[in-house]
Amino acid sequence: MSARLRWRKFVSGFMLTMTGVCAVVAVSVLFFILGYLVFHGGTSISWSFFTRLPAPVGEAGGGMANAIVGSAKLLMLASLFGVPIGFFGAIYLAEFSGSTTAFIVRYAADLLNGVPSIVIGIFAYSLVVLPFKHFSTLAGGFALGLMMIPITLRSTEEFLRAVPNALREAAMALGASKWKTIATVIVPAAYRGILTAILLAFARVAGETAPLLFTAFGNRFWSPGWNQPTASLPVMIFTYAIAPYEDWHRQAWAAGLVLLGLILAINIVARAILSRGIAVPRS
Amino acid sequence: MTSTTTTVPSAGPVAGSRSFLSRLREGDEIARVITFLFAASVVLVTLLLVFELWQGSVLPRHKFGFNFFRTSVWDPIFDQFGALPFIFGTTVTAGVALLIAVPLGIGAAIFLAELAPARLSDTLEFFIDLLAAVPSVIYGLLGVFIVVPLMREYIQPGLKNTLGFLPLFQGPAYGVGFLTAGVVLAIMVIPYIISVSREVLLSVPRDQREAALSLGATRWESTWKVVVPFARTGIFGSIFLALARALGETMAVTMVIGNTPTISASLFSPGYSIAAVIANEFTEATGDLYLQSLIELGLVLFLLTFILNGLARLLILLTSQRGSEMSHV
Amino acid sequence: MKRIAGILLVALALAGILWADTALSINGAGATFPYPMYSKWFDEYHRKNPNIQINYQSIGSGGGIKQVTEGTVDFGATDGPMNDEQLKAFQEKHGSGILHFPTVLGAVVPTYNIPGVEASLNFTPEALAGIFLGKITKWNDPAITDANKGIKLPANEIVVVHRAESSGTTYVWTDYLSKVSDEWKTKVGKGAAVNWPVGLGAKGNEAVTGTVKNTPNSVGYVELIYAEANKIPYGSVKNAAGVFVKASLAAVSAAAADAAKEMPEDFRVSITNVPGKSAYPISSFTWLLIPEKFSDAAKRDAIKGFVKWMLADGQTYAENLSYAKLPKEVVAMELKAIEKIQ
Repeated sequence: MSARLRWRKFVSGFMLTMTGVCAVVAVSVLFFILGYLVFHGGTSISWSFFTRLPAPVGEAGGGMANAIVGSAKLLMLASLFGVPIGFFGAIYLAEFSGSTTAFIVRYAADLLNGVPSIVIGIFAYSLVVLPFKHFSTLAGGFALGLMMIPITLRSTEEFLRAVPNALREAAMALGASKWKTIATVIVPAAYRGILTAILLAFARVAGETAPLLFTAFGNRFWSPGWNQPTASLPVMIFTYAIAPYEDWHRQAWAAGLVLLGLILAINIVARAILSRGIAVPRS
Repeated sequence: MTSTTTTVPSAGPVAGSRSFLSRLREGDEIARVITFLFAASVVLVTLLLVFELWQGSVLPRHKFGFNFFRTSVWDPIFDQFGALPFIFGTTVTAGVALLIAVPLGIGAAIFLAELAPARLSDTLEFFIDLLAAVPSVIYGLLGVFIVVPLMREYIQPGLKNTLGFLPLFQGPAYGVGFLTAGVVLAIMVIPYIISVSREVLLSVPRDQREAALSLGATRWESTWKVVVPFARTGIFGSIFLALARALGETMAVTMVIGNTPTISASLFSPGYSIAAVIANEFTEATGDLYLQSLIELGLVLFLLTFILNGLARLLILLTSQRGSEMSHV
Repeated sequence: MKRIAGILLVALALAGILWADTALSINGAGATFPYPMYSKWFDEYHRKNPNIQINYQSIGSGGGIKQVTEGTVDFGATDGPMNDEQLKAFQEKHGSGILHFPTVLGAVVPTYNIPGVEASLNFTPEALAGIFLGKITKWNDPAITDANKGIKLPANEIVVVHRAESSGTTYVWTDYLSKVSDEWKTKVGKGAAVNWPVGLGAKGNEAVTGTVKNTPNSVGYVELIYAEANKIPYGSVKNAAGVFVKASLAAVSAAAADAAKEMPEDFRVSITNVPGKSAYPISSFTWLLIPEKFSDAAKRDAIKGFVKWMLADGQTYAENLSYAKLPKEVVAMELKAIEKIQ
């Protein structure tokens, strides 16, 4: 083996090892985040965190029950608004539309997907908060739902398109109308993929903070109905983390753990659903 | 859009042959109209968003014109608004983030695509996808309590002692500032670079590698000189994607950047970013000009990410097309 | 799985609807300076009147003025009174005016974190203006050390911390600096948000306190209770009579006593740098901003009820939280002013 070759082999080995190191570093960040949150959040989490309202400023104790319910309400509203638009829009794109319309819709969805979340917040403020004269669950749900649309739409469309054409033709040859084919053959064939897409979109907006700052706002109490400001977990984490109170920091960690646990769990479930799927390729 | 009614549906060639009436009776036409309304609402809402941003920033565009981007005074009392410090802060933090994230991310992607056995690669990719799902406020939380003290106590003094002759690393070590925001952003965008680059690298046809190896190249040489150049455009795409994400990032940056509109050569200096100033000042901007200046910042941010995302998608598409064309030959 | 999700959704929807009628919700937003006081009040008031819940978000005084003007909240709160322009804007938008109701008094204190220095520092107005103008950059600058004989101050660079968003605390602070420093007045001016010559921005009294606490060699300004509750040191300030006064309830009340006698009808008054010997120079009233006209009678009555309670029982909570009570004369004036709310 010549010196030159040995050198080349050495460089090869060294650089390849370095790429391995990069991968290990990147992945270990996740475990560090998880470990740190479990350590700090785990010691601060308590029953009252889930059941009680926040205590007055500076007093120890209290919990984030209202923020947990608030987040749930926001996300429910977001799903009710974002998922149907994304889902039916995708059906149109995959099954009905011509290429020009499809291009325009897809382009708009990609554009919407790229809009920074804070800008979505501005939009929801001027579109919902100002006319209704209320910071509200409604406005927050609208902002989050808006962010769910493009994610749901684009992946649902891909999964629908991945359904083999043979299935469509078979159904139609049996005399089924087009919408019957869609409802009974195509969507069921792609449902794992679609469910995954919806879950991922849900997880994505569950942690969004910026669009809620001036839409859902905040609330020290339970937020009645839909037309009142509401507390939410991400915003609580933000306000508690930058405040000077030790007890608030403690609760911010606990809330961080709950939020991250929820999001990661949804992600894992979503991927599990997909990997058990059948003829549906990964997007 | 009316032209679409005559177009043959792309996915179902059989459907085109039936009459409008029978389609209506069987519900196809109704389904089409309903789903079309949903699809159209996506376009509508996007247009409305652009319109609102444009309409909402009339005043500063008329009053300041292009000077809005060139002046650096942000003074609500005297109604002077210049966006330069925010544009500067956004650019610098995103730049720092890319400097760290690109080598690390591409390195990891090469490992995952070229070296790691498929099963390990998929497992690691799974973790990296999870990392991409961590919300930004959590990164902010960790930034405030881990990265900022670490920066203040160790990293910034260390840099000052070794590289302090550079204007980049001078001034008091606050902990918060451009550098810290850049580091936190880097951690946030690495998963994006890895994920997309890995996909792109995997789409490079096998025979490219085999050809290089059979010519006597080492494994690294075949990777670096053949596979990576082949995937270059797509990798650039992943970088643009990461850049767009870094520019628009709000919460984590707000929590660690120091929230002061400054333009400074030092990375230790506290700064401000476009997204952060909107988050902090939007609910309390009294006066129309103030508020509309913030909306114009939102518009700027929107346009920036719009352009970058477009470029990114184009590049990624080009590479994967090239890959599939080659493998079909 | 789908079924479980469905049941959950329905349950949530029901819960949301059921809550709708349980309590009257009133929303307010604004100053962070009196936030500890207000959150205590609203908590107590809710306990005494379970059917009324007043949600207060501390987004800063500027935000309070803005959001009440937009009509997105029912009332606002501020530490710097609305100026004539803002009053006009409100009048134009709503066709009726807005009223200021002083609630308590507070002090803004210079707070600092200098490793190794335990003693309480003295600040002259010149030193404070110099530091915040960026002219005094080291802790051992003569302008600081001359007023602090016997305390060894390090040669470290001063880290200035200020509010990132528009805030009444900033208003009080810059109102004071404008009164004592001509350079400040012409270069920076007074206002809820100013163009800061130096420093780090932090959002809210909470975050300024947090940043000072976490940053060695820093100096910031916060409402007294934030310094006390978080046990970070704060300095004495030389008042108009030339005496170094440390912020305390008595010193704030002394500043208010003079002002109370000449209180204007609309309660918009500045009490920084008043002449009294024992007066703390950076003191201020803090105000609720309540619209004159409410379309919702239930809300109107609830707010009137709260203000009445606040002026009587509410005042007894103030001193525990390091706020000074309102002078008697002012309370009497306010009780009359409540009747203007329709």
